[in-house]
Amino acid sequence: MIELVVSQALNGVQLGVLLFLMAAGLTLVLGIMNVVNLAHGSLYMLGAYFAAALTAWTGSFLLALPLAVAATVVVGLVLEVATLRPLYKRDHLDQVLLTFGLILFFNEAVRMVWGATALFVPVPEIFDSEIELFDGEIVYPTYRLAIIGVGLGVAGFLVWLITATRVGMLIRAGAANRDMVAALGVDIVRLNTLVFGLGAGMAGLAGVMAAPILAVESGMGDGVLILTFVVIVVGGIGSVRGAFVAALLIGVVDTMGRSLLPMLLRELLDRQLASAVGPAVASMLIYVLMAVVLTVRPQGLFPARTG
Amino acid sequence: MTMKRMLGAVAATAILALAVPAMAQGQLKIGFIATFSGPGGALGRDLADGFMLGVEHSGGRIGGLTTEVIREDDQLRPDVGLQVAQKLLQRDRVDIITGIVFSNVMLAVYQPVIESQTFLISGNAGPSGIAGQRCSPFFFSTAWQNDQPHEAMGAHLQRQGVRAAYIMAPNYQAGRDALTGFKRQFKGRIIDEVYTTVNQPDYSAEITTLRAARPPATYVFYPGGMGVNFVRQYAQAGLTRRIPLYSAFTVDATTVEAQGDAALGTFGTAFWTYDLATGTNELFVRAFLAKHNRMPSTYAAQSYDSARLLHNALTVSNLGNKDSVRDALRKADFPSVRGPFRFNNNHFPIQNFYLYETVRDAQGRLVQSNRGVVLENHRDAYASQCAMRW
Repeated sequence: MIELVVSQALNGVQLGVLLFLMAAGLTLVLGIMNVVNLAHGSLYMLGAYFAAALTAWTGSFLLALPLAVAATVVVGLVLEVATLRPLYKRDHLDQVLLTFGLILFFNEAVRMVWGATALFVPVPEIFDSEIELFDGEIVYPTYRLAIIGVGLGVAGFLVWLITATRVGMLIRAGAANRDMVAALGVDIVRLNTLVFGLGAGMAGLAGVMAAPILAVESGMGDGVLILTFVVIVVGGIGSVRGAFVAALLIGVVDTMGRSLLPMLLRELLDRQLASAVGPAVASMLIYVLMAVVLTVRPQGLFPARTG
Repeated sequence: MTMKRMLGAVAATAILALAVPAMAQGQLKIGFIATFSGPGGALGRDLADGFMLGVEHSGGRIGGLTTEVIREDDQLRPDVGLQVAQKLLQRDRVDIITGIVFSNVMLAVYQPVIESQTFLISGNAGPSGIAGQRCSPFFFSTAWQNDQPHEAMGAHLQRQGVRAAYIMAPNYQAGRDALTGFKRQFKGRIIDEVYTTVNQPDYSAEITTLRAARPPATYVFYPGGMGVNFVRQYAQAGLTRRIPLYSAFTVDATTVEAQGDAALGTFGTAFWTYDLATGTNELFVRAFLAKHNRMPSTYAAQSYDSARLLHNALTVSNLGNKDSVRDALRKADFPSVRGPFRFNNNHFPIQNFYLYETVRDAQGRLVQSNRGVVLENHRDAYASQCAMRW
C-alpha cells in the first residue's frame, strides 16, 4: 500500500510539474498584461508538434527540444505583436473572443500541416527505461522522472529570474501594480512582449516534454488549458509561487483522487455503484478544491496583486 | 444585385430545385456524413477515402448511375449531425446517406433519415438500439454492432484459459458497452473494471494501480488518441512484456504510427485485417496504399464495402423502387473485403471476427497481422429483439 501511495505521489508530482510549466506563463500573462490568453494551450500543442517534426528531422529528441521551444517562442512573439497588442485596452471578452478563435485556428492549422492522425515522438534513448526503487517495489519510468527534474529546474530558474534580476523586479512590480510601473517610465510594451515570450517558451517546453508520453494531435492543448486555469485561480493570479504550489497540489489531488478514491468508495458502497460514481467524483475533485479555495481565499493561495 | 434580380435568381434556383427529382433518373446522390474535424477526424477521413475508392472501383458510377457524393462534417456533435442530415434530405434530396463514425451522431440522425424513407448505410456506428428494437427496413450496416469486437476478445481470452482480467474503458456509453460485450463472452474473474474520464491524456495513476493488482491479462477499449496515450504509457511503464495487453479499436492503422514499438506484441480483435486473402481484399489494400500512401484501416475497409454493396445492389434494382433496392441490398451479393458476408434479420452483417497481433512486416511497417478466426459467422446479441423478418 505504501509503495502504491509513493508511486501515485510521483505521478501526481509529475503531472503537477507539467501543469506548473503551463501555469507559470499563463498566470504572468494574466497578472501582468491583464490579458486572458485562451491560446496558451495552443502554444503547448505547437511545442509538441514542433518536437515531433524536429525529432523526425534531426533524429534526436534532445536536439529537437531547444529548437522546438525556440520555435514556440517565435510563434508566441508573433502572436503577441500581431494579434494581442491591439487588444490590451479592450475588455476581457474581446480577448477571449480573439484567443478562442486562435485555438480553432491552430487546431485546424496543425491538421492541415501535419495531417489528422497523431504523431509519434520517441522517448529519448537515455531515458527509455524504468527505475526500480525500494528493491523493485516501485517501478517508475525514467522519462517521467526526467520531466520532474526539468520542471523543478525551470521552477528554480524562474525563482532566480524573478527574485534576483532586474527583469524579475519589473515583473513583480508589473504584477502588483501595472499602471504605476508604466508611470515610472518602464517600457511596459516591451515588458509585455518579454513576459508573453517567456510564457510561450514554458508552454512550448511543457508540450515538448509531454510529446513522448502523449498523443501529439490536434486539440491536445484544450484539456490542459482548463486544468491550467484551475491552477492559476487556486494559486492566485500573477503569482509564480502560487502557480507552483497550486500545480503540485492539483497534480497530486487529481492523481490521488483518480487512484485512491474508487478504492475507498468500493469499501463503502456497492461495487456496481462505486464503479459508476468513482470516476465521476474523482474528475470533480479538483474543481471542488478550487471552489473551496475560492470560498476561503477568493484571491487564491498567494495573491500577487495588491491594488 | 438589385432586389428584382435577386428575386429572379431565387426563383430560378427554386425552379431548378423543383426540377431535380424529374431529372434524377440515371443520377445518384449520396450524402456522406462523417467526423472530419477534431480529434476524431482521422476516422472520418479513412471512412471517406475507403468509400471513394469503392466508388472508383465501381467505375465512378455506382450501379451504373452518375454518382455525386456530398460530404458533410458532423464535427462529432449530434446536433450538427442532425442539421447536416436534414440539409442533405431537404435541400440536396439525396437518395442514400452513409458514413457516420460515432454512435451518438448516428442516434441523432437515425430517426429523421429512416422516416424520410431514405436508405441509411452505416459505415461504422452500430449502437445496440438500432440493432435491436429500433431496427428499420431502411437501415443497413457494413460494419458491426458495437459490442461484437469486444465479445470476440472475451471469447478469445476465455478459450485461451485466461483465469482473470483487468479491464478498462473511457467512462461513456461506448466504453460501458465495450466492457459489457467483453464480459458477455469472458467468464473468468474480473479483477477490476476501471472507467476513466473521456479524452483523459495521462493514465499513470491507473497504470500504477493496475501494476499493483498484478493481473494475468489486461483488456482495454481506448479509441483514437486515448489509445495512443494508453498503449505508449503502458509500454513505458514496462508492462507490455509482463502483462499481455488485449484491446479493440485501440491499436489499428489510424493509431499505430503514433504508438510505435509500444504497440508491438499487443493483440486485438476485428472483422477484418489487411492481410485477409479474399482476392477483393488484396486488390483493395494495394489500391488504397497506392492512392494514399498509408495502410487502410478497418474504417476504410468497412466503408469500401458500403460503396461496393450499393454498387451491386443498384445495378440489379431500380432506384425509384425502394422495395427492389431493399431486396437487392438484403442479398448482399457483392465481393466483400472480409470474405463471407450476409445480413442478419436486423440488417447487421453476420461475419467472422479475427484475432490480430501488431508486428513489423518485411518492409518494417507496423501492421495488424491476422492470427486466425475467433468467432465464426458471429451474430450480434440484439438481433433477436428486432421484429423485422424477411
